[in-house]
Amino acid sequence: MSYNFKEEMNKPERLAPGHRMCAGCGGTIAVRAVLRALHEGDKAVIGNATGCLEVSTFMYPFTAYEDSYIHNAFENAGATMGGVETAYHVLRKKGKLNETYKFITFGGDGGTYDIGLQSLSGAMERNHDFVYVCYDNGAYMNTGIQRSSATPMYADTTTTPVGSESNGKMQNRKDLASIIAAHDVPYVGQSTLLGNFKDIHTKAEKAIYTEGACFLNIMAPCPRGWRYPTQDIMKICKLGVETCYWPLFEVDHGKWILNYEPKKKLPIEDFLRPQGRFKHLFKKGNEDLLVQFQQEVDRRWEELQFRCSRY
Amino acid sequence: MAVRERLSGNEAISYAIKQVNPDVMPAFPITPSTEIPQYVANYIANGEMDTEFIPVESEHSSMSATIGASAAGARALTATSSCGMALMWEELYVAASNRLPLALCLVNRALSGPININCDHSDSMGARDTGFIQIYAENNQEVYDNFVQAYRISEHKDVRLPIMICQDGFITSHAVENIELLEDEKVKGFVGEYEPENYLLNPEQPMALGPYAVSNYYMETKMAQNTAMKNAKQVILDVGKEYGELSGRSYGFFEAYRLEDADYAFVIIGSAAGTTKDAVDQLREEGVKAGILKLRVFRPFPDEEIAGALKNCKVVAIMDRSESFRGKGGPLGAEVKAALYDHAANVRAFNLIYGLGGRDFTVEEAKQIYRDLEAYDRDGKAFEEYRYVGLRG
Amino acid sequence: MATDITKITEKSNWQDLTVGNQIYASGTSRMFKTGEWRTQSPVFHSEKCKQCLLCVPVCPDSSIPVKDCKRQDFDYDHCKGCGICAEVCPFEAISMKEGQ
Repeated sequence: MSYNFKEEMNKPERLAPGHRMCAGCGGTIAVRAVLRALHEGDKAVIGNATGCLEVSTFMYPFTAYEDSYIHNAFENAGATMGGVETAYHVLRKKGKLNETYKFITFGGDGGTYDIGLQSLSGAMERNHDFVYVCYDNGAYMNTGIQRSSATPMYADTTTTPVGSESNGKMQNRKDLASIIAAHDVPYVGQSTLLGNFKDIHTKAEKAIYTEGACFLNIMAPCPRGWRYPTQDIMKICKLGVETCYWPLFEVDHGKWILNYEPKKKLPIEDFLRPQGRFKHLFKKGNEDLLVQFQQEVDRRWEELQFRCSRY
Repeated sequence: MAVRERLSGNEAISYAIKQVNPDVMPAFPITPSTEIPQYVANYIANGEMDTEFIPVESEHSSMSATIGASAAGARALTATSSCGMALMWEELYVAASNRLPLALCLVNRALSGPININCDHSDSMGARDTGFIQIYAENNQEVYDNFVQAYRISEHKDVRLPIMICQDGFITSHAVENIELLEDEKVKGFVGEYEPENYLLNPEQPMALGPYAVSNYYMETKMAQNTAMKNAKQVILDVGKEYGELSGRSYGFFEAYRLEDADYAFVIIGSAAGTTKDAVDQLREEGVKAGILKLRVFRPFPDEEIAGALKNCKVVAIMDRSESFRGKGGPLGAEVKAALYDHAANVRAFNLIYGLGGRDFTVEEAKQIYRDLEAYDRDGKAFEEYRYVGLRG
Repeated sequence: MATDITKITEKSNWQDLTVGNQIYASGTSRMFKTGEWRTQSPVFHSEKCKQCLLCVPVCPDSSIPVKDCKRQDFDYDHCKGCGICAEVCPFEAISMKEGQ
């Protein structure tokens, strides 16, 4: 699966403009990147958990999708697409359908890490042949930036507000990619928005064209929730990777593979400083919070390196 | 020739499912509906049907996957009871508002708490406003017959609504009775192939389902949904009649049992109608003009027809097998009384609660209620309304 | 038959909405012009553009059309003016200006 950037950019768009996502949204950049990995001529059904993406890309009667699309509810994108995919196999078996379809469903971190986790876990364990894509912006952005289990420690959200007695969210993020990998699914990939989009494209293509349940976790920054100027999204994503806050890795049929190791790992401050949600960490007297944050990033990075080194 | 058999209600509906051979069935076990997915899984395991069974991790996912399969263009169904249906509550609304013609085999059971596995109607009565068509059965034969008719009603172009085929937990689902089954070809011919006009997997035309709709669309959408439910009335009658021509067993909105000249009547749903029929037969021998309106179709609610059938009665007991905690009776009572009022049927009607959590309902109790109705009517003796039948203390 | 969404408006009667709000069509959102949201706008300087296309995938609004592997001018009907494209352009071929 070689990557010809210009040819990929020349493909017909599968996410139409005119959707109502905010200016500078990372979610739709991620959706475009994943849908671009579908081969031309292959049909698809796109699914969606309730969230920003859903209420903005299919406002009656305006659908932004070129392909068939189904939204059901917040907590059941996995089960819903499992039903669609099963119907596909029956219709094929009964000779009612000859075309090839691929199935991709998108959920934010709220619909994926939290309320939709059971439905996702069930669908992954049953190994339905579809891709679940989490566009992770680390909070419930649709309802107004409430914390989720994907929210990093110390982030200032509307339900973990920073105040005189609070430094923001008190808990670490859930490691969802590992949880899904523990389902023994064929493919799990973690990526974000980078450079010429080769990493995300390669992983999306693998996920779409690997038989069985596949999972992609994509960091997709939210300028409103993270509080940074909209134009800076690509810098922030790069810093997420260079600080090892958001490592690029995949678990391909059980094999853990580190896709990128920074030559010089940058300090976590570089990732946190541009984001208003971490502003309080840079106040005098909060140095120990930054140290703790760095320790957690280091611990996770070392754990990932260890897992990947075993293969 | 029809096939004579002895089956439980769960076996009967599973056999009907096998004959209809739908495309996709996601389900999750819960007493007393568990046997339905078990039977279906066994039929599939032995090559007797080619439905795809999805062993989901919860009832929420069973209805979610049923919705996905139905939207994709498959004929889909699930089965559940009680708390299982409570868990899929949100999805019941989604199925109906998306106008997906799927089936839910409900085995009625009390809702928690306390946790109780036995029959009452609190699960389906709670779901009466979800937009599902609801059809109830007195016995195994009716369960079977109702399921064979289900998709013809639900998939009809003027309807396109999900349908709930209800039977009483254990009393019907687990009791083995004589039953007459139709031959496979007859069932297949009657039900027909599912050929939706639009569906997700239509290669000719993509489809988008489940939008966000602003206030300017929402009420119009609900009126369209409500109109479809009203349209279901004629379709239910047409299908019930056609089924009668096929099987010798016709169906309408309700069965009027010795009701035509009745002074005193029960309005009742489900298996307890069988018990009440015994009571009515005995009372008739004694000269009491007792009758029954056994309601089969609760959604759409045949209010005009009910009022018409009851209008010549002197006193009516509306028997609810669920509580609505309004302090004055159950859901059937409220709706039947509204029907009587709306259609100016000047009939005194009382509302009673019976059989909650599987409490026995006996012929003697039914007879006593008829006698009390008569005493109220003839002697002016006070009738204890909103009583719990068979309650201690 | 495909849904003609021009016939569905917030003034439509209930009989004229699609069954279950289903839409049998693709990409109908194109008819909704989000370009009106812009408070700043990208300007394409074609003479500086090397057609590297790095601006194309970063657009959240699919508003940089590509034809024969070459980017065209912006789709101002839909561009929301986030400025990501201008930021990633290595050749200063996109600048941002205030307003529409």
